[in-house]
Amino acid sequence: MDIPARQNVPASPDQAVSARKVRRTADPAFRLLVTITGVAVLVVLGAIIAVMVNGGWHAFATFGPAFLISDAWNPVTQHFGAAAPVFGTVVSSALALLLAVPLAFGTAFWLTALAPPKVASVIGMAVQLLAAVPSIIFGMWGFFVVVPIIAHYVQPFLHHTFGHVPVLSVLVAGAPFGTGLLTAGFILAVMITPSITAVMRDVFASMPAVLRESGYGLGATRWEVMRHVVLPWSREGLVGGIVLGMGRAMGETMAVTFVIGDSNHIGWSLFAPANTIASLIALEFPESPAGSLKLASLLALGAILMAISFVTLWFSRWLLARGESTGRRV
Amino acid sequence: MSSTSPSLMRADRSRALLVRRQLSDRLATGFGWVAMAVVVWMLGSILWTLLRNGLPGLSVHLFTRSMAPPGQDGGLANAIVGDILQTGLGVLLGAPAGLLTGIFLAEYGANNKLARMVRFVSDMLLSAPSILIGLFIYMIMVAPVGHFSGFSGSVALAILAMPIVVRTTEDMLRLVPVSMREAGIALGAPKWRVILFICLRAVRGGVMTGILLAVARVAGETAPLLFTSLGNSEWSLDMSRPMASLPVAIYQYAGSAYQDWMQQAWSGALLVTFGVLIINIVVRVGTRGGRA
Repeated sequence: MDIPARQNVPASPDQAVSARKVRRTADPAFRLLVTITGVAVLVVLGAIIAVMVNGGWHAFATFGPAFLISDAWNPVTQHFGAAAPVFGTVVSSALALLLAVPLAFGTAFWLTALAPPKVASVIGMAVQLLAAVPSIIFGMWGFFVVVPIIAHYVQPFLHHTFGHVPVLSVLVAGAPFGTGLLTAGFILAVMITPSITAVMRDVFASMPAVLRESGYGLGATRWEVMRHVVLPWSREGLVGGIVLGMGRAMGETMAVTFVIGDSNHIGWSLFAPANTIASLIALEFPESPAGSLKLASLLALGAILMAISFVTLWFSRWLLARGESTGRRV
Repeated sequence: MSSTSPSLMRADRSRALLVRRQLSDRLATGFGWVAMAVVVWMLGSILWTLLRNGLPGLSVHLFTRSMAPPGQDGGLANAIVGDILQTGLGVLLGAPAGLLTGIFLAEYGANNKLARMVRFVSDMLLSAPSILIGLFIYMIMVAPVGHFSGFSGSVALAILAMPIVVRTTEDMLRLVPVSMREAGIALGAPKWRVILFICLRAVRGGVMTGILLAVARVAGETAPLLFTSLGNSEWSLDMSRPMASLPVAIYQYAGSAYQDWMQQAWSGALLVTFGVLIINIVVRVGTRGGRA
């Protein structure tokens, strides 16, 4: 390491005075520079919120509170509502969590308790690589690999098995296109499993080893240590990681756009084509000229998505921070 | 007789308990293995699909010719170059901002309210839906001037790249030992020199990691570019005009019904994915070596 200050040693008193002057102004200037950049981050977020709300105001003002509960999306009659895409967003994300949480938990359990350390680091890296794959690739993979499997095998099987059971028949109704809420939920699950796994693994690993060891010392099995020692200890961190995954799922665009089916109807069938807020924005934006009521409605949907995802993110940060502080107390 | 049966019963019960405990442990172990296998299988399936469909289309034309109507034997050269230009400019704009913000959080924001807010907001931007960033840039940079541009795409990517750099820079600077700072200050270096030339220099590997991860993240982004740089089927290096990018070209081609466009979509997908994964692998293997 070189020592830059050495170069500053002044040769004459004159230079010493000027060096001191530079120092006196340079330090506050640097501090000002980094502070301004920090504040600029706040300004960017503020501007995003302002643009969404301001742009969507036209839609909120035209339709009133009905915008939130109407499932209409009719460019001909200029009637728009947010209910259908919000429904699709919530249901597809919920399905994704239903699939991703057990998968992520099992993988994190395997990585922290079952695998030999060297193998765990290789598999752990593979899991992280899955998280790095661009979302459009998940969309293509979903459309060309997963959709045919669901159309040819999963949906006929479920229809055959549950088609005559009163409540379940509603869930499996519909033509076997292979696209729809369940497929979107599945693709989203694949996308968010790595990030939930990463958080769970970190939380498990952050537990003091002595707690785990005392469990084993009492003769507990690996599962018992996980169930009665690790899980209670890391509950908040776990939920925080899951909520973080949910936030990701709700904002995902490209992967969902390929497989959701693009239809603005609220239906209870898992195979019904639907839309999420993000996929609707991606699909409808090209036909929405600037200044139109449709663009305003899309921006209003953007504002709603922003609000939903920020509330979930805030909640997950809060949980993770709480988990950390209880960890420090132990 | 009466003295043996309770102890036998007790032995039975404890054996049953042991069996039950072992069974639940086996079940959980089996579940862990299955979950891991499913996740690895998914990655394998994605890579296999890309290789099988993308490899046959890799040719010199793909890299030397611009996009063309179906049947005219076009390539993806303009999309590849457009992607590199927009990602490069995006990171060039986003990384310095992220670096300075990271310095602010680590060095000047130990316990103040402003820093806590900036950290929180930066984390929010890190997970903000990328399509909203695209919509935002459309409203402030595209709609007012009336046409799409590669430059606005770069700005959208910069907003996505910045929080990643903020995160890694702050985390890395916090790892610098106090004694190193004290050594710098004792030699009479001003604080800004200590930060830039001692602390940042000491962790430059980690900071570079963050920047490379940001490159990998934004190079494959599609959603924010749909509304900003739009895509362009002609060769163009003009950042003030609509500009092609690989993910947007893939999106456009994958939804088409033409055989040769589909083929190019798969080949493009192969390029983007392996480019991004190779950056990730290099970064992760490199940092692991550095830490050890």
